[in-house]
Amino acid sequence: MSGTYLGMPAFPTAAASATRDGQLRANLTHATHTIRDKRARAVAELPDWALLREAGAAIKDRTLRHLDGYLERLEAAVTAAGGQVHWAEDAEAANRIVTDLVLATGEREVVKVKSMATQEIGLNAALERAGVRAYETDLAELIVQLGDDLPSHILVPAIHRNRTEIRDIFRERMAEWGRAAPEGLSDRPADLAEAARLHLRQKFLDAKVAVSGANFMVAETGTMVVVESEGNGRMCLTLPETLISVVGIEKVVPSWRDLEVFLQLLPRSSTAERMNPYTSMWTGTTDDDGPRAFHLVLLDNGRTDTLADTVGRQALRCIRCSACLNVCPVYERAGGHAYGSAYPGPIGAILTPQLRGVGSELDASLPYASSLCGACYEVCPVAIDIPEVLVHLRERVVEGGEVTRNGRRVRIRPARGHAAERAAMRAARWTLDHPGVLRAGQRLAGRMRGLQPRRLPGPGRAWTASRDLPPLPAEPFREWWRRTRGEQREAGR
Amino acid sequence: MRVALFVTCVNDTLFPRTGQAVVTLLERLGVTVDFPEEQSCCGQAQFNTGYRRETEPLVRRFARAFHGYDHIVTPSGSCAAMVRDNYPRIGARASAEGRDRGLASVAASVVPRTYELTEFLVDVLGVTDVGAYYPHAVTYHPTCHGLRMLGLGERPRRLLSAVRGLDLVDLPGAEECCGFGGTFAMKNEAVSAAMGADKARHIEGTGAAAVCTVDNSCQMHIGGTLSRLGSSVRPVHLAEILASTEDEQW
Ligand code: SF4
Repeated sequence: MSGTYLGMPAFPTAAASATRDGQLRANLTHATHTIRDKRARAVAELPDWALLREAGAAIKDRTLRHLDGYLERLEAAVTAAGGQVHWAEDAEAANRIVTDLVLATGEREVVKVKSMATQEIGLNAALERAGVRAYETDLAELIVQLGDDLPSHILVPAIHRNRTEIRDIFRERMAEWGRAAPEGLSDRPADLAEAARLHLRQKFLDAKVAVSGANFMVAETGTMVVVESEGNGRMCLTLPETLISVVGIEKVVPSWRDLEVFLQLLPRSSTAERMNPYTSMWTGTTDDDGPRAFHLVLLDNGRTDTLADTVGRQALRCIRCSACLNVCPVYERAGGHAYGSAYPGPIGAILTPQLRGVGSELDASLPYASSLCGACYEVCPVAIDIPEVLVHLRERVVEGGEVTRNGRRVRIRPARGHAAERAAMRAARWTLDHPGVLRAGQRLAGRMRGLQPRRLPGPGRAWTASRDLPPLPAEPFREWWRRTRGEQREAGR
Repeated sequence: MRVALFVTCVNDTLFPRTGQAVVTLLERLGVTVDFPEEQSCCGQAQFNTGYRRETEPLVRRFARAFHGYDHIVTPSGSCAAMVRDNYPRIGARASAEGRDRGLASVAASVVPRTYELTEFLVDVLGVTDVGAYYPHAVTYHPTCHGLRMLGLGERPRRLLSAVRGLDLVDLPGAEECCGFGGTFAMKNEAVSAAMGADKARHIEGTGAAAVCTVDNSCQMHIGGTLSRLGSSVRPVHLAEILASTEDEQW
């Protein structure tokens, strides 16, 4: 896996190769099952979980409905507190803004707190092109970066690696990026953590510029909130002189009080902790404490277009807890990379095709990366009906239709490669709407059942590759009913 | 009480024994069952694949076929969920988009009358012991739509527990999807097969002679996987177990 999502194959192809990787399957199954069981216990402790979930969804929905107003209020508050706000309509604009800000400081190195938004826009690569090196400081992000790899999970970007693989990456690659791994490093978690700590400490002490994301932004006070488990983020947020935060516009909440709901929902749902160990909050700049300069880059990158879709907009409620990934049987088998985006799993399957559109083969395949089992909806702390949105986006793929792109209503054409399926679906519908035809077909099939092959050709091959067909019955139900009940019912009328 | 059987296209074409079991069972419980021949398919496969508008005539047909019945009973959790959860959405969109203004109320009219079999038995008829006899070790796989969309809860297990001779064995990882998912089974064959193989391994591990579901489509996937793996565990629909008696082994 090399460090880019561009040119990824469609989901079924990427997922098929992942299912053949036994080590990956074992790593993922172990990790996701452990965390899902812990999460279930943590959630069960709160008798009012259902109400909290409802409140979380309601706050997000209300905020999204008046997003423009809250963002303006946020901008005013951040500015009043000594920060500067920049608006970025897409990834390119955001990358340009951040790069210019870094270059203006005269620095060529930045430390980073783990941030989904900067993964989404490919900030590290953009900085590198400008001669700036970005150091990831989250332990799992560090593993991904040293391994020249891609994140495969929202919360645990290196979930696809086990500790032996991590030890090898540290041994081989740490020296190139800074302080080398200690001699004879073992694969004990404590030793690995210590190696990362020593390596990172040097970065924290040297860094003059930091880049972060934020879990929440409070409109009324202009406060940014980052929650984390390791404390590395707090080092980034407090030690450097300049702090640049890139945050999706949907992360705003109206007031300080709203945090009460999310700071309960998020940790239990994501790490199964009652409270996350580190909650860092900052508001603009403060004399003699923390960064001297604070920049907030508000990222749109398809979010207002998503907001325009009345069914799909619920994806913007997401608080990135990753619970849906951990329960998803498809994610567990396909691995995070098959989704070809910073957002894997069920949320990725609905968010990515909305942020990027369904123009590429990969993006058009994502809404089908689900058996619609509903486990994701059941655990989602903000009640995003992921199956509903998946089906909605499937319709967009096969039928095309009206969408908002760059703020304008446009009619998109169906994605390529669905013409045969569309024809088959229409033919099937016609048959099903004519039960007489259906009956004739069933009778014919019943008479030919001796000819039933074990492996089907054509599209049916995808079924018989791994499963046997049920034997065709001699008599469909309809015929049995006519033969045994039909006449007496007719007579009884 | 006028009760109509919605047999579903999968039952009708591939698993007629299930439909026959439902009729036999309900008649044994004193219910007069009708089978409106005008019925066809709930449209689930089309809808879930993204062909919402293709399902609109099927929604109308469903409502017409089952007009006037107090209860519509179906031995399929996913088809019942399709009617209850998605018909209102389909109807509302068709009305809002001006294709079929009346479809919203037509679709809504069938929702409160549509029951999955175990709901009908437990909630409407108020029975959990249907007098069945099935002397085998059985494990139960709760299908996703029955479990999460309909919220069938303990109903199927309560019915199974009351069957004489039946030894109900716990299934590890029971609530995990078997990997069927309609067209998902074809579009993402590799992942679907991997999920199916894990489900089959868990089923085999129980030592049960049969694996029971409330949905023939999941049963087709589980059964096809077990068969390909050379397993002797038999997939069976709950209705067929409930229809079995000492006199007539289903
Ligand atoms: S969609 Fe829901 S469950 Fe998934 S990451 Fe977002 S908030 Fe968590």
